[in-house]
Amino acid sequence: MYRYSQFDDEFVRTRVAEFRGQVERRLDGSLSEDEFKPLRLKNGLYLQLHAYMLRVAIPYGTLNSRQMRQLAMIAERWDKGYGHFTTRQNIQFNWPKLRDVPDILDALADVSMHAIQTSGNCIRNVTADHFAGAACDEIEDPRPTAELLRQWSTDHPEFQYLPRKFKIAVTGSPNDRAVTRAHDIGLRMVRDDFGKPGFEVLIGGGLGRTPMIGMVARAFLPKDHLLPYIEAILRVYNLAGRRDNKHKARIKILVHETGRDIIRERIEAEFKRRLAVFPGIDPQLMEDIDASFRLPEFIDRPQDEHEGLLSSDPEYREWAEQNLTDHRQDGYRIVTVSLKAIGATPGDATSDQMRAIAAIAEKYAYDEIRVSHEQNIILPHVPLASMPGVYADLKAVGLAAANIGLISDIIACPGMDYCSLATARSIPVAQDIAREFNALELEKRIGHIKVKISGCINACGHHHVGHIGILGLDRAGVENYQITLGGDGTETAAIGRRAGPGFAADELLPALRRLIDRYLETRLDDRETFLACYRRLGEAPFLAALYPDNPRYAGEQL
Amino acid sequence: MPRKFTPKVITSNDLLEGDVIYLARDGEWVRDIRRAALYDDENEAISALACADSHRHRHVGAYLADAALNDEGLPDPVHFREVFRTRGPTNYFHGKQADS
Amino acid sequence: MPVNSCNGDLVIVRDDGFRKDDLADCEHLTVEAELQGVESPVFLEISNDQDPDILIPSFCWLSAISIRFPDFVDGRGFSLAARLRQLGYTGRLRATGSLIADQYRLARQSGFDEVAISRRLAARQTEHQWLAQMDRVAMSYQSRLLKTTGPITEKPTGLRACLPGGIRGG
Ligand code: SF4
Repeated sequence: MYRYSQFDDEFVRTRVAEFRGQVERRLDGSLSEDEFKPLRLKNGLYLQLHAYMLRVAIPYGTLNSRQMRQLAMIAERWDKGYGHFTTRQNIQFNWPKLRDVPDILDALADVSMHAIQTSGNCIRNVTADHFAGAACDEIEDPRPTAELLRQWSTDHPEFQYLPRKFKIAVTGSPNDRAVTRAHDIGLRMVRDDFGKPGFEVLIGGGLGRTPMIGMVARAFLPKDHLLPYIEAILRVYNLAGRRDNKHKARIKILVHETGRDIIRERIEAEFKRRLAVFPGIDPQLMEDIDASFRLPEFIDRPQDEHEGLLSSDPEYREWAEQNLTDHRQDGYRIVTVSLKAIGATPGDATSDQMRAIAAIAEKYAYDEIRVSHEQNIILPHVPLASMPGVYADLKAVGLAAANIGLISDIIACPGMDYCSLATARSIPVAQDIAREFNALELEKRIGHIKVKISGCINACGHHHVGHIGILGLDRAGVENYQITLGGDGTETAAIGRRAGPGFAADELLPALRRLIDRYLETRLDDRETFLACYRRLGEAPFLAALYPDNPRYAGEQL
Repeated sequence: MPRKFTPKVITSNDLLEGDVIYLARDGEWVRDIRRAALYDDENEAISALACADSHRHRHVGAYLADAALNDEGLPDPVHFREVFRTRGPTNYFHGKQADS
Repeated sequence: MPVNSCNGDLVIVRDDGFRKDDLADCEHLTVEAELQGVESPVFLEISNDQDPDILIPSFCWLSAISIRFPDFVDGRGFSLAARLRQLGYTGRLRATGSLIADQYRLARQSGFDEVAISRRLAARQTEHQWLAQMDRVAMSYQSRLLKTTGPITEKPTGLRACLPGGIRGG
C-alpha cells in the first residue's frame, strides 16, 4: 500500500488547518456562504437534507486495517455508528456537525487519509479496478497510475475551479470493472505491438442527465506521456467547457457540441506544447510509488479445511461459490464481502462491522481492504487455507451474505432519505427488492443481474448501466419509478433504454416480478443471463411483461 | 394564468448543526415545523424570506415550502420531501424522529 | 483606447501584503486597441476567454497583463495565466476581479504575480487572511512530481516573437 511521504503528511495537515480557519472565517463573516460553499465542498463537506455529510476519499478504494478502524472510530465518535460506502469508492458520514469536521479531518490525517476533492468542481477522487493487483486478467496494476494521478490532481492550481466536476477512472484489465467508459476520463492500460505499456484514453463518458459512453481520444498513449496529455484535456476543458448552464458543463457536452475530431485536435495541439516542456516525472518518486504497490509474497498452504467445508457445509459452499473470485495466485481467492444483507441499506457498515473487517484483513489477508464501486468490501488476497476463518468471522458480524452479483446485490444511492437533490427515495426500493426475491427463493435461479437505483437524474446509483435500472422521480408530489433496461457498465458498455411510463412505488415490485418472470420463462437455459437474454430477444417481450394492460406494448407478446 | 399562492413556511438548515429549521412568528429559528410561522400572503412570505436571508450567519439556504394547517391548527408539511425533513430518513430511526 | 475600469479603488495583493495600485495611472489597453498598433502601451487588460496566441508578438514590450475573473468560481483565468507563462510571457501578470483570499495560492501557482481586489473585499478579507497563504505557495504536488522544478516556458515561440524583425510581424 502507498505510504504517505513526509510531504503528503505535511500537505494534508496544512490543509486541515486551512479548513479549520475557513470554518472560523465563515462563522465570523469573513467568508460568505457563497464563498464558503466551494471551499467546504473541496473538503468533502455537503449540506444534505437533514444534516451535513462528510465524504471521505478512499483513493482508488484501497485501505488498511488501521484506516478502517479509524473510520469506525469516527463513525462512533462524531456520527451515528455507521458509514456509507459509495459508488465512487468513498465513505460518507451522514451526521457530522460543522464544528467537528476539522477534528474529523485531523483524525483522518492521523491515518493518512483525507476528504480533499471528494466534491466540488474539481478533479475528484480517482477510482480504479477494485481487484487491482489480484485479478487474473490484469495486464498491469492500475494503482501506481491512480496514485500518481491522486498526487498530480491534488490542489492542482489550474483545475480547482472547473466548469463542473471531473472524474477519472483507471483499469489495468481488459474486463472493465472500473466503468471507465462512464467517466470524464477513462484510462485502460494496454500494450502496443512492441509490448510497451500505455493507455487507451477515453473521454466524455458520464451518466447523469445526459448519459454518454466515452469516446476514444487516443488508442495508445505511452505511459510516460500521461500527465501532459491529461493536463491538455483538462486545460482544453477548463477554457472551453460551458459555464452558462450547470447541466451542460461536463466535458461530455463539450465533446458532443464541439465535435469529436475538433476536440481531439485541440487536445493534441495542447498536448504537443506541453510535452515539449515536460521534463518527465521524477524517477525516484515514481519508483517509490511503484514499490509501494508490490504484491505480498504468496505462500502455498494446505486447503483441507476449506475443501472439507465445501462438501459438509452448504451455507459455506454457497458463500464460496457466490462471493469468491479467482486470484492470480493458485490457492488464493479474492473475497467480496457483501454489504447487501437482505433488508440492509446497500453500502452501509456499522463501526463493529468495520472493525471486524479490519481484524480479518490483518489476521488473514495481508492487511489489505478495498471498497468496490458496487458498494461492497473486497479482501483482495485471501489464502484458501484461511477461508474458513474469514467466513466464520464475517458471519459473526452479519457480513456473510452470499449474494454477490445476484439480484439483491443492488447499487443504490442515498436518495431522498439523505440527499438534498433527490426526487425520490432509493434505499427502501432496494430493501424491498432484496426482501421480495429472497423470500421467493428466486435469487439463485435468476443468477447474475445488476440492479441499480438512483434517487434522481444525477444517476449516482448508475441506473443507466444497470441491467435493470431504476430512477426515482417526483410525479406531481408522489414518488414514481422509471425503469431502464439493458444497461451495462463493463467493457461492453451500453446505456439502458427507458422502458416506458414510470411506476408508483407500490406498483414497482409487481412490475419487476413480471419482468423477471418473463426472463425466467424465455431464457435459453440457466446460463443465459438476464442481459444476454435481453440482448438476444430485444426489448419487446420485456416491455409487454412490464405493461400488460398497455396496448402499445402488449401487442408484442411472445 | 398565475397559480394561486398556497400557504408556506420558511425553512432552512442550521449553519452549525445542519439540522432542519423553520422560521417562527417571533423571528426565532425553531426545529419543529409546528412552531413555524405560516404565510398565507405571497408578498409577506417573500419579504419574510428576504429578511431571513439576511441572518446568513445562522443558517444556510432558506426557502419557502408548502405547508397546511392540521387538525390542531398547526402547520404540517405538504410535499413528501418536506415530510422527510420533519422526520429524518426512513431506513434508520435517526434525525428529528429520534430526537423528539 | 484607454479603458477606465481600473481606477485607484483597487488594492493589490502581493507576497508581502497589501499595496497601492501602481498601475492605476498608467495607460490601459484592450486587445483590440493593441492589435490596431497603438504604440508604447504597457498594461493590457484581457478577458478570460482571450486567445493568448495572438499576444505572443507583443510579449517583449508589454510590461503588464491583467486577466479578469468575472466570478471567483470561474477558473478559466488560472489556465489562461498558465498558458501565457508557457508561451513565454515573463512580464507582470495580474488577476483582477473577484478572487478571494483562499485562492491566492492558486493564482500564484498558476503564474500570476499579484491579485487586484476591491477595497470592500479587502476590508472583509483582511491582509493577514491573504498572507496566511504565502508559505504554501511553494508547497505543491505538481512541482514535486517533476524531474526539475521551477517555471518552464516554451522558449522557442516566445523568443522568436521578440527577435528583430519578428516584432509585430504581419
Ligand atoms: S442520484 Fe440524485 S438522489 Fe441519488 S445521491 Fe445522486 S444526487 Fe442524490
